[in-house]
Amino acid sequence: MLRVTLRNLLARKVRLLMSAFAIVLGVAFVAGTLIFTDTMSKSFDGIVEGSTPDVTVRPEGTGSWDQAPSADTRTIPASLVDELGELSGAERADGSVQSQSLTLVGSDGKLVTGFGPPTLSFNYDDAPAMTGEPAVVIAEGREPSAAGEVAIDATSAEKGGYEIGDTVTLVSTGDQPRLEVELVGLAEFGGGSMAGASLVLFDTAYAQELFLDGKDVFNQVALTTADGVTQQELAYEADQILPDGFEAVTGDAAAAQTEDLIGEILGFLTTILLVFASIAIIVGTFLIVNTFSILVAQRSRELALLRALGASRRQVSRSVLIEALIVGLVGSTLGVLLGIGLAQGLTALFKSFGLDVSETPLVIAPRTWIVGYVVGVLVTLVAAYLPARRAARVAPVAAMRDDVALPESSMRLRMLFGAILVVIGAGLLWLGLSGVDNGAWYVGGGAFSILIGVSLMSPLLSHPVLVTIGGLYRPFGLVGRMATQNALRNPRRTAATASALMIGLTLVTTMSILGSSVNKSVDVGVKKEFTTDFLLTNPVGAPFSTAIADQIREIDGVGDVVETQFVPARIDDNAFAAVTATDPPRLFDMFDLDATVDDLAADEIAVREDKADDLGLEVGDAMTVETQSGKYELAVAGTYPETNVTTEYLTSFAFVDLVKLTREDSFVAVNAAPGSSASEIEEPVRDVVADIPTVVVQTQQEFIDSQREQINGILMLINALLGLAIVIAALGIVNTLALSVIERTREVGLLRAVGMSRRQLRRMVRLEAVAIAVLGAVLGIAMGLVFGTVLQRVLDDEGITELSIPVGTLVVYVVIAAVVGVLAAVFPALRASRLNVLRAISTE
Amino acid sequence: MSDGPTPATTRSVAARAVDLHKTYGKQEAEVRALDGVSLDVYAGEFTAVMGPSGSGKSTLMHLLAALDTATSGTVFIGDTELARLNDKQLTKLRRDDVGFVFQAFNLVPTLTAQENILLPLSIAGRKPDQAWYDQVIDTVGLRDRLGHRPNEMSGGQQQRVAAARALVGRPTIVFADEPTGNLDSTSGAEVLKFLQHSVRELGQTIVMVTHDPVAASYTDRVVFLADGKVVDEMQAPTPEKILERMAAIQTRAMDAAAERSLEGGAA
Repeated sequence: MLRVTLRNLLARKVRLLMSAFAIVLGVAFVAGTLIFTDTMSKSFDGIVEGSTPDVTVRPEGTGSWDQAPSADTRTIPASLVDELGELSGAERADGSVQSQSLTLVGSDGKLVTGFGPPTLSFNYDDAPAMTGEPAVVIAEGREPSAAGEVAIDATSAEKGGYEIGDTVTLVSTGDQPRLEVELVGLAEFGGGSMAGASLVLFDTAYAQELFLDGKDVFNQVALTTADGVTQQELAYEADQILPDGFEAVTGDAAAAQTEDLIGEILGFLTTILLVFASIAIIVGTFLIVNTFSILVAQRSRELALLRALGASRRQVSRSVLIEALIVGLVGSTLGVLLGIGLAQGLTALFKSFGLDVSETPLVIAPRTWIVGYVVGVLVTLVAAYLPARRAARVAPVAAMRDDVALPESSMRLRMLFGAILVVIGAGLLWLGLSGVDNGAWYVGGGAFSILIGVSLMSPLLSHPVLVTIGGLYRPFGLVGRMATQNALRNPRRTAATASALMIGLTLVTTMSILGSSVNKSVDVGVKKEFTTDFLLTNPVGAPFSTAIADQIREIDGVGDVVETQFVPARIDDNAFAAVTATDPPRLFDMFDLDATVDDLAADEIAVREDKADDLGLEVGDAMTVETQSGKYELAVAGTYPETNVTTEYLTSFAFVDLVKLTREDSFVAVNAAPGSSASEIEEPVRDVVADIPTVVVQTQQEFIDSQREQINGILMLINALLGLAIVIAALGIVNTLALSVIERTREVGLLRAVGMSRRQLRRMVRLEAVAIAVLGAVLGIAMGLVFGTVLQRVLDDEGITELSIPVGTLVVYVVIAAVVGVLAAVFPALRASRLNVLRAISTE
Repeated sequence: MSDGPTPATTRSVAARAVDLHKTYGKQEAEVRALDGVSLDVYAGEFTAVMGPSGSGKSTLMHLLAALDTATSGTVFIGDTELARLNDKQLTKLRRDDVGFVFQAFNLVPTLTAQENILLPLSIAGRKPDQAWYDQVIDTVGLRDRLGHRPNEMSGGQQQRVAAARALVGRPTIVFADEPTGNLDSTSGAEVLKFLQHSVRELGQTIVMVTHDPVAASYTDRVVFLADGKVVDEMQAPTPEKILERMAAIQTRAMDAAAERSLEGGAA
């Protein structure tokens, strides 16, 4: 029996490959995701280990706040560094000056790292990291040794078009917005890849002048253990002499802490990519079920013969399952291999966003292979189970009959089940709409249930759609009619093939409606609320010097200027909360916010009304806010109405001093003075930041456009990933049609024999493919319309206040689906038209 | 060898084969399906091609019907030499000048009887000649079943639909490959009568390949094939005469085979 199975497989290499293709793509996506994130994480581990010393002395709590956009104002005096160096367990102690306030500008005036990874500035020294190697070595030229000298990493120098001896431009968010220094050396990072970040190195005194007001102090101290001393021993020894507010952390602990933080971000990325992988696999499962159903149907006579020769039902179904197992194994193997390519593609994609891990070799962990095989084989076996059971029910007598029809399970049960799922789904959507907590989850569950239900019911639903398409095919005459009839001939097969495309298009349509609604909401919201003439922001997200706002205030004709600064914080121990420090009365005044409080003291906080309701906070309550320098008890002083102009929590600038952050601006709103107009002050305002590429001035419309650009960028990325599902669906159409053509070989031969031209035959296959594709598109878009609309209604509270249905885009999707159909038909149509007429007619 | 003279001068030729050879396989495995067949098919005549299995009768019909190409030799349909045509022209020829009836009924299952009958015309984008169409439908006797699909009809009915399809475009020649092979004798007789009727009353030219002497007895002329050659022919056949002639051919073939093996043994 096994031999028969294997023979079968070998005799149908092409079909094997085609049915494996869905598996290959699904597994490739899973494997690619795992390989890519493993590689990222290895790359970051390299960075962390290559830059973390044996023991770090730093202000308490700093470790988990590496991403804090504003610099911590707590410093370590040089005298303490000397004391630490004299510890018996320490071989050396190196004071470290660090800043992210500078950004490297290329010789072409553009930011070298784009608006992605940071520029890391610090003082150059040869202190070894825990790997024993110095974090940074000078590969070419010499180390910076005086004011006005700099060394940068070789990759950034190349990107920026700089050579040794050139004048390098750095822009600062500090008091001195633009810095021009001489490039004296090219550095190399000891940990390998820099993930796209730029390194900027100064000598210590110059770095202190730039970042620490010229005082002989440091941000951190790197301690190196003496021979035979462990990290723990040295950290303990150092802790004894440290003043309050500082801590000594072992390299292992510091690295783990950083890696955890990176892992959190990578974990998020992995989850998103795996969601798309699952979509690919669900779509792929449909195709495998379909392919195996068709293959079993075509082989039913042969299976009946096996039964007639004494094979048991179990042997027959087992032979189908073994076939599936082999297809699964082959598909998984190819899938993981393709996944390696996909990981390379992802690496290139992220490199273009500035996150460059291309210097780290791809990490293909055994786990990746195991997961790939488990997913691929399991999915194929599950998908082949039903067709295998059906195969076993072929009566032995069928071998003797001319036309064998497989016993098909009644559609009624399937329809009933589908209808129940749709009803449950509709109920969940309704619940989501009725305003329960986490409504989006109900909508998601409901959408999933409806999607599966509609997939089950699709043989029934497809009929009216196909008949309508058939009506549109009237101009094609008989060929069009036969194409429609062929699509209607086996509703299950057509519907299953279309379902794959349907799922893809449901998701794409839902995302399009959401994206379009978000855009419109931003549009409406910004026009209503951002009533100022100009906004200053930093596209990188890093804050900038308050000097800029001060300069703008000086301009004739400028009226109100309101500054805000984001303070990263945690509230309730875990949730990242956006706390904004500002000058509250002026902010409320400028944006016409009807707040219950006027000014705030350093230990007071104002909460947005809806958030206060959610958390049950009332004026006078205390709440704990944790920042980089520790936890603070703040009193709720008042509330302000829902708005998009600021975040959920407001404090005064005094709070920034309290938590020991550098006072900087994240966002500045500018109005023309009464009697002056926006156009009058536009040029002088733009002049202020003309030399600072990290700060942009935007009018209301420019602000809307930049928001749209971000939303559209995300949307494009999502659609690109969903595009994979559509590619798989297209392959499904190819597969079904190719198998149908094989099945109808005799009929094709007959049509050719009675005079149908190759062109007409190709058109017939093509029209059938287009009918299937458009069927999938119509069902998908119909569902997407429902889901998108419901989601918008549910997310009304989250700021998506407007519903916008991008009709043009949806029409384009239908056209794309038709084109997908045309493309999918190329191979099967060619195959059909190339059939030898004589052989086709005499085919059994 | 033949019954009576062949009045080639008075009748026009609908199809002609000249020294046709067809071989399959190569060298030792070479099979000569046709080994120099020359044959004229006369217009308005019902011709049967008979012979034991392996005699090359199906191959001959495939070549005559432009379904296959000969290894050497030429085929004419009317005045057209097939070897000179490209695929497009061959397709047009099959559509306009040739009709087919196959052993297995070969109807398109998704189309009704009427649509199946009109299939070649629809493919060509032509309207049927209404009078001719009515005549064909009445002859075939299926007017009340035109709206049915193939799976709603009996085997005989299906084959009559296939025959009507072959006739409706008024082709130069109709080829029928064992048209009664899948039918019981009553249904088979219906189909054969219809074919005979369409030759006698409608003036159609039909070539039928068969191994059934009863079926061949409906024709005007029987051509006998053995070992890839035309070995005999007969006018106004009856089943008894055909059986007699076939037995003779069989005996001759066996003798020849015996001789060959004797020669082989001597060498």
